[in-house]
Amino acid sequence: MTRKALSQALPLIPSSVMIGVFFLIPFVLILLASVATLTPEGDMAYGFDLSHFERFLSWFYIQRALFSAGMCALIAVLSLLIAFPFTYMLTTFSDRAKKIWLIYILAQLSLSEVLIAFSWQILLSRTAGLGNILEWVGIAEKSFAMAPSAGAVIAALVYLAVPFAVLLLYPALSRMDRSLIEAARTLGTSPLRSFFTIVIPVNRSAIVSSSVTIFVLTLGAIIVPQVLGSPEHWTLSVLITDQAIFNFNLPFASALAVVLLILSASVIGLVMRFSGGEK
Amino acid sequence: MKLLRNSYLALFAIYLVGPILVITAVSFNAKKFLAFPPRGFSFRWYAEIFVANDWFAALMNSLLIAACSAFLAVLVAIPVSYMAWRHGLRYAKALFSLGIAPFILPPVIMALAFLLFFANVGMHGWTINVIIAHAIFLLALPLVTVSLGLESVDMSLIEASQTMGADNATVFRTVILPIAAPFAFAGFAFCFVLSLNEYIIALMTVGFTVETLPIKIFNALRYGYTPVIASIAVVFLVINVLVFSLIAKFSNLSRILGAMD
Repeated sequence: MTRKALSQALPLIPSSVMIGVFFLIPFVLILLASVATLTPEGDMAYGFDLSHFERFLSWFYIQRALFSAGMCALIAVLSLLIAFPFTYMLTTFSDRAKKIWLIYILAQLSLSEVLIAFSWQILLSRTAGLGNILEWVGIAEKSFAMAPSAGAVIAALVYLAVPFAVLLLYPALSRMDRSLIEAARTLGTSPLRSFFTIVIPVNRSAIVSSSVTIFVLTLGAIIVPQVLGSPEHWTLSVLITDQAIFNFNLPFASALAVVLLILSASVIGLVMRFSGGEK
Repeated sequence: MKLLRNSYLALFAIYLVGPILVITAVSFNAKKFLAFPPRGFSFRWYAEIFVANDWFAALMNSLLIAACSAFLAVLVAIPVSYMAWRHGLRYAKALFSLGIAPFILPPVIMALAFLLFFANVGMHGWTINVIIAHAIFLLALPLVTVSLGLESVDMSLIEASQTMGADNATVFRTVILPIAAPFAFAGFAFCFVLSLNEYIIALMTVGFTVETLPIKIFNALRYGYTPVIASIAVVFLVINVLVFSLIAKFSNLSRILGAMD
């Protein structure tokens, strides 16, 4: 028995060490750093100092946190609205068409946020963007730059989130029991009506969990708000980067990271509980 | 109804592919300034990736880091997934959940955690930092794909080979490995692509010493427009498409994405 237990434990040692040393310890370090003191020389002294959280509790940072949460919630809703009908149709495509779409969507989803930000910077620019088309069609008198603005940040983040939304909804929708729809159709329900009365309610839990995932995902966006927004559109993630890399204030960056962690964890927990309680 | 459906599909396709098409058009622009529709046609900005030393060096850094971290992630994932599946060890399952966590957290949190860790142990800006950091961050991917591969192994095949006298090592080599290997490859490929495109963790671990391609692009963006970025975007998209086509060809993409077979 002990030999068996030993032979089962041995292969797990390297992986345990890797995960323990490079995930658990760094994670604990963030918690420690968030209550550490910044010495006048710019070094960090571990201790128990809540001043960074007090600093967060000023209106400026509260406002930034609320702005981040509100914007990401809006993006989650928008990207699901765009992606849900498509994903529903995708499950009815031929295997070959399905495969091609999935490959393309995966490829775009993996494209660096830096490159997405760049392409939207071009799309929204004065000289080579949508403004030109508006001018050409005659809607706008003269082409204009659409970034930096909150709209530009939201547009690019929705674009970033849509492929994720498709892939998050895809398993539930492709496993959905089609006989329900067929039954409704035989009974004379219109396709559009059956979509709203059957497809959406049946997949409610997938919709909820996908929107939470998208919310957390966009909370993590760093480049789009910097490239396409002005500082008042910066999200918590950008502020954390800014504090850590450019202000060398690691304790405050860690405190903000803890806030971000609590924010995303509580949204996940709340929604899971809410959607679980309904069943 | 059909019209509604088709026009929605067309709009969706334009929305998804449109920005990529604009970038592709811009990347073939002959002039240095930004223009759409492009003026002239040239491969100049594609050649620039390989001719300009700094861009080429960044590309090589990124490829090296992506390959090493993907390999490391698969190595760490295999024993965990295997032990959880074969022996149902509770410890392995706990390790599995722990390994998924870094991927779910907002990346900036992990980035900051790695920054603190490597600063504390005195490894300042070593290339290996970002390799380890990416491997841990992306560990969830091979964990999931390898588990999926193992779950598709038919237990009766294992029993059959055992009754015919195969020992554990032989069962692993002749039954489990051939079925699970494509899924391990898929995990490698997912990690490779995501590491190649990752920005914030690379910035916080090696940002001041090693320039990866996403870091270099972001730095270039702050100093204004460079057409090379457009050509890199196209090259990256092509790489992504190629890698995912390979996954689709050699393992079961639908299954990995969680759909029914």
